Amino acid sequence: MIARRCLWMPPTLFGLLLIVFTVSHVIPSDPARVMAGENASADQVASIRHQYGLDQPLPMQFLRYVKDVIEGDMGTSLFTQRPVAEDLLARLPATLELALFAMAFAVLAGVPLGVVAALRRNSWLDHVVRVITVAGLAMAAFWLAILLQLLFSMWLGLTPVQGRINGWGPDPITGFFTIDAVLRGDWETLGQALRHLVLPTMTLALPAVATIVRFTRAGMINVMSSNFVFYQTAMGIPRRRIVWKYLLRAALIGTLTQIGLIFGNLIAGAVVVETVFDWPGLGSFAVNSILHSDYNAVMSFTVFAGVMFILTNLAVDIAQTLLDPRGR
Amino acid sequence: MLAPFPQDVDTYHLPRRLLGPSAANFFGTDRMGGDIFSRLLFGARLTILIAVIATSAAVLIGVPVGLVAGYYNNRFSDLLMRVSDVFLAVPQIVLAIAIAQTLGPAIHNVILALSITYWPYWARLVYAETRSVRHEVFIEAAVALGASPLRVMVLHVLPSIASSVIVRTTIGLGGTILVAAALGFLGLGPPPPSPEWGRMIAESREFLPQAWWYAAAPGIAILLVVMGFNLLGDGLRDALDPKLSRGNDAP
Amino acid sequence: MHPDLLSVQDVSVSFSTEGGTAHVLDAVSLTLRLGEIMGLVGESGCGKTTLARTILGALPPNARVRGAAISFDGRDLLTIDPREAASEIRGRAITFVPQDPFSAFNPLFTVGDQIFELMRWKSPDRRPFEAGYNRARRRSDRDRALTLLRRVQLPDPERLLKKYPHELSGGQRQRLMIAMALLPEPRLVIADEPTTALDVTIQAQILMLLRQLAVERGVSVLLTTHDLGTAWEICDRVTVMYAGQTLETAPIDAFFQAPALPYTRLLLDSLPSGEAPLRGIPGEVPSLVSAPSGCRFHPRCPSASEVCRVSRPPLSEPGPGHWVRCHHGLVG
Repeated sequence: MIARRCLWMPPTLFGLLLIVFTVSHVIPSDPARVMAGENASADQVASIRHQYGLDQPLPMQFLRYVKDVIEGDMGTSLFTQRPVAEDLLARLPATLELALFAMAFAVLAGVPLGVVAALRRNSWLDHVVRVITVAGLAMAAFWLAILLQLLFSMWLGLTPVQGRINGWGPDPITGFFTIDAVLRGDWETLGQALRHLVLPTMTLALPAVATIVRFTRAGMINVMSSNFVFYQTAMGIPRRRIVWKYLLRAALIGTLTQIGLIFGNLIAGAVVVETVFDWPGLGSFAVNSILHSDYNAVMSFTVFAGVMFILTNLAVDIAQTLLDPRGR
Repeated sequence: MLAPFPQDVDTYHLPRRLLGPSAANFFGTDRMGGDIFSRLLFGARLTILIAVIATSAAVLIGVPVGLVAGYYNNRFSDLLMRVSDVFLAVPQIVLAIAIAQTLGPAIHNVILALSITYWPYWARLVYAETRSVRHEVFIEAAVALGASPLRVMVLHVLPSIASSVIVRTTIGLGGTILVAAALGFLGLGPPPPSPEWGRMIAESREFLPQAWWYAAAPGIAILLVVMGFNLLGDGLRDALDPKLSRGNDAP
Repeated sequence: MHPDLLSVQDVSVSFSTEGGTAHVLDAVSLTLRLGEIMGLVGESGCGKTTLARTILGALPPNARVRGAAISFDGRDLLTIDPREAASEIRGRAITFVPQDPFSAFNPLFTVGDQIFELMRWKSPDRRPFEAGYNRARRRSDRDRALTLLRRVQLPDPERLLKKYPHELSGGQRQRLMIAMALLPEPRLVIADEPTTALDVTIQAQILMLLRQLAVERGVSVLLTTHDLGTAWEICDRVTVMYAGQTLETAPIDAFFQAPALPYTRLLLDSLPSGEAPLRGIPGEVPSLVSAPSGCRFHPRCPSASEVCRVSRPPLSEPGPGHWVRCHHGLVG
């Protein structure tokens, strides 16, 4: 099962590259023109066309593209003049730190809320939770981000408006400011890093919380009526034991399938959330690249995000096989 | 139209710029002195138009793909589903950004980007549903009576899975609006002065924290419309699919 | 004569549903003696499962129970403190064998996990309100479980404990369920159609096993079944239910040789026999939301008369230990 999953990886990656290549090389009538930007002279366009092999037949271009990506060469940024792969890797920890904090928050808040809402179905608590989830899925992340900034940063002055840290971060070990600060015993930096993290984490986590609550609640309600719960109840096993050990595990399998999707949404959400909070991660990199018409950078970010998404889903599939003995 | 100042969509009234909410301007005025409420109403037309066209296109691609793949359920189906998996592998907004970047900011490019990224959701749903009804007696009976595959798919399979497609489409409309607004926010939506909601929020940022209404109003509009579609979808699900709404209270 | 272990007196249960209130049990009475196996017989929907669940105290929240008493071993289960019922009665003094051994196990945990979960709370060695599960008790529970698994003819029990439910056959799972019902050393086992979900060839084995173990341990069994053959094979006494009422109780021989109730006779006639064509009972089981007046069977009864429609039949005793609720019962 897991092996089969892994076997599908290369064709999926190949397909991903094909899509990105199509978007970047086939759809535009003159990719060199797009790459060079609007103000480029005819000579500059011609030189770019030659430099990137855009004068060759499309299949040749595609093969060359695949070969480059496999070798880790994602081209040179037209804006910073540095290899795009380097830029992406340098900004990866910032985004991962934010995404992991958001994911952790979403799970820690979402699962208990979902369980309690399911246990007290149609109580006031259930209704409150439902309103939060419905609103959470309907709110534009960039708008929520601005509202939070307005409220907590500009009016109340509790949190920084933007950025990841004041001044420089701790000397990098992992690139995660919080972990590095802990490793170096620098508590002040840790506090600062956390204060900067609060609002972006909340913004990014809200739709994830809503999704997790929905699926956990539905999963719990679905499993609550199963025979094994009745059997254990009829045999007088304590309710809390049945709920938090046996029911929850069964209900979470459905939630787990959503984690891959949620993570994909987190990456997508990071694009706008990082922009609003000026967070120096992959998302704001992508948006800056768009503004500078940095063609290579945008396409590489797309590939990069796709690969991360595929890897997450692979991890979810593996976790699921481990949790559910029936699939083995 | 209900807009009190319809001309404000594309004209300037600089003396009246950045006024707070009042009886004349329910949600205040923007940086050009336009009435935000009026601009929101015109924005609604634009936003819903984008969402409806993009979602319809996604449904028109996704449903046939899922139907064929689910009906035959052979190697070709595997391939189709793998292709849709690949499209799902790229986060929607990311691919939409790539497309909007290549083709430039314009309404039809936003719609194209959204449709291309959205169709796999319908393909996967219809695939799963078709597979689950494929061997029901009423489908097998139609096949045994000699109906052509196309006829069976359109006249027998499709009606029996229509309710979940309708529900998914309703909720999908809300999702499309969110992605479209995000594209607008990032400057990849329809160009100014179009009253696109995401763009309005982006424009408002330089006037914070003073002109809070400028940022708040379009966001509330997005929230209400998306929530409306989601609740409509939930309601339709309950109405169309009694299996899901009935609890486990029966003895 | 053995004393009564369980006595259900005039218990009624109703469910409030969207279609109205369903009176699923209507003044039901039943006694069960120590060490006896009682068959509770009736068509599907007659309320036998609800009666079993009422005794277990495991009804859904929309159920309402009224009645004189359910006395068990000197205590009234209708008025007992719910926490005491959950910890000392349910799964301990009264255990349960479910109808469907396929879904009664949680698919995500090993069989051993689920047995030890039960023993953690219900082992005979557990002191009241003991929360933990120490190593000594775990070891003695393990020995106890392995012995019993061998006794229900499950081969290689050590390995079985490490398996997941889906890796076992239906027969194996139902043997496990019987073992789990006996592990807490209960006084009463309630078996709700324990063999319906199994292959016919295995049904008889499982039933005989249940009977042997019950007799050997002096445990009473309340067995619900829609199959008179099952009742004949293992029960000491039989109670017939129809549309939420208990209509006849008789020792097994009297029940099959001299049934007093027209409904019982029709049930016996509907059993397939060598040459006679298959016969059903005309009409259908009535709705419990608007149950017929008087004797609930009168619309389908061949001997029904005006009095059956008007008044509820009194209890009469056509033979020793043979009780019937029927206006025409004495004729049989």
